[in-house]
Amino acid sequence: MTGMDHPVSAVAGSGAPRRGGLGTLPSFRWVAIAVILVGWFVYYPIVDNFVVSTTNQDIYTGEIEYVGLDNYARLLDDPVVWISLRNNLLYAAISVVFQVFAAFLLAAVIEGLESERSRRFWRAVYFVPSAISITVTGLLFYFIYQPRIGLLDAGLSALGLGALSRPWLGSEDTAIYAIIAMSQWQGFGYSTLLFGLAIQKIPRELYDAAIMDGAGPLRRLWNVTFPMTREMTGLMIIVTITGAFQVFNEVMVMTAGGPNNSSQVLGTWLYQQGFIQNEFGYGAAIAAVIFLVTLVTGMAQLWYTRHRRVQL
Amino acid sequence: MSAPSASHPAGQVNVWAVVARTFLLALLVCLGIVVLYPLIWMALNGFKDNSQIFGDPFALPAGWSWANYVQAWNQGVRNYVTVSLIVTVASGICTVLISAWTAFGLTRSRMPMKPIVVGFVLGGLMLSPTVALIPLVKMLQSMGLYNTYWALIILYTAFRVPFTTFLIRAYMLDLPRDLDEAATMDGASEGQVFWRIILPLCRPIIISCVILHVLFAWNEYLFAMIFTSGADLQTLPVGLTSIMARHGTNYAVVFAAMTISALPIVVIFFAAQRYFIRGLAEGIGK
Repeated sequence: MTGMDHPVSAVAGSGAPRRGGLGTLPSFRWVAIAVILVGWFVYYPIVDNFVVSTTNQDIYTGEIEYVGLDNYARLLDDPVVWISLRNNLLYAAISVVFQVFAAFLLAAVIEGLESERSRRFWRAVYFVPSAISITVTGLLFYFIYQPRIGLLDAGLSALGLGALSRPWLGSEDTAIYAIIAMSQWQGFGYSTLLFGLAIQKIPRELYDAAIMDGAGPLRRLWNVTFPMTREMTGLMIIVTITGAFQVFNEVMVMTAGGPNNSSQVLGTWLYQQGFIQNEFGYGAAIAAVIFLVTLVTGMAQLWYTRHRRVQL
Repeated sequence: MSAPSASHPAGQVNVWAVVARTFLLALLVCLGIVVLYPLIWMALNGFKDNSQIFGDPFALPAGWSWANYVQAWNQGVRNYVTVSLIVTVASGICTVLISAWTAFGLTRSRMPMKPIVVGFVLGGLMLSPTVALIPLVKMLQSMGLYNTYWALIILYTAFRVPFTTFLIRAYMLDLPRDLDEAATMDGASEGQVFWRIILPLCRPIIISCVILHVLFAWNEYLFAMIFTSGADLQTLPVGLTSIMARHGTNYAVVFAAMTISALPIVVIFFAAQRYFIRGLAEGIGK
């Protein structure tokens, strides 16, 4: 999940209370470019993807054959699809733990510091990896996980845990976990920053009142900070799950789905099938799965935003 | 542990509070090391030679020779930086301008079916690039845009306009209407109101949007990898992986190249932190 995708709720509703009537056509010029651009390059491909998924086609020969739902039937029999789904789910679960709950606690600790300067300092420090390209961090951790030159094994043996060392990315048992760990390292600072912003908006009087009632720091965390940011937390969970099903870059850079497809996710399997195996139709069917999952989470986000009146 | 701690009533500061505070500070410091040390290690490895890299990973470089950095720069990174700059600047200008126009139309101008238009443009936020990939390849190939700058500029713009419009629209909704209504009374056209009044007032959020866009475009990998194939059209993230493939054994040069591509964005982040955080805060909503 890239740090910089910042999904936002699409809250419909017009800004201006004024009513437009006939003769207002020229006003469309302000929105025309965006509507055409987004419609053409964002919406249309999604629709077209379903069309492509009912065909088998060869990009080089141009042959197109209509196959109905065959590609979807094939999905069910493809063991790598199930491995990928499992890995996406693992990604989602672990990311929710670290990038939502741990990030929330960390943000609470940082926002509880006395001086504004140190608060700003820590927020910035933890955010740095999120600003860096996932290709760079992916390659960096590719090296960190290397047996001979890497930091991880060297660190483990320095701690007397040398027995634990292994080819982290080269082993089917650990590859996906190694990738997910990198992703947590890169992404937690971003959500910490977001939680920090939410915590800053909590009225101070609530804390003052809690202190008057004799509530200690842990009580204040549980009775004030947590409830006041609960909606933000709910939204972060949804957004994190959405992101986990769109994962592509880090897996591509670090293992390309290997060894033996053990670290494939839906995104990389789509790429593998569509662009390496040249099976556009089947790739499109995999894309359709990603679309359906993110459609559900997107709907959940929209519903949540409407009901809870929070946005992200 | 939590929350803006207002001054403690006297007597409440006990031993446990001191222990807890020390523990938390230690935690922050350790986490800081975990976050920053790999990045420092990356930059330091750019100063080593291969034999040192295969030696003790924790050792400092034997000397501070820039040779690897120079070699990385001359053997590809310069070209990748140029391509990344072109794509980032062009798509950034298009995205911000189009989004500001759109936000203006959505907040200031009379328009039938406005809620539908708002929902359509902002709804684009929900759609992911991965799902659109295969149709986009077909589309851009048939348009003759495959493997051109335009492919990336158009796609980065199209996929970022919804988010950027969302931010600018939220800001414009909060701007007082007196100024532009007064200008309209004085006979200013909509265009004049936009360029002379609203756009200058939106400067802070525009800067935030530019920075968020730079971060996105400089780091984007999926589209850049799929839609460019020639070495002369590769952006930095894609170029890095091909440096890795070419210099696979000369790790020091790869580390130098990684450091060069990470550095500008880290510098921009620290220089423009204020605007960046404003953008995020705006995104969360008030």
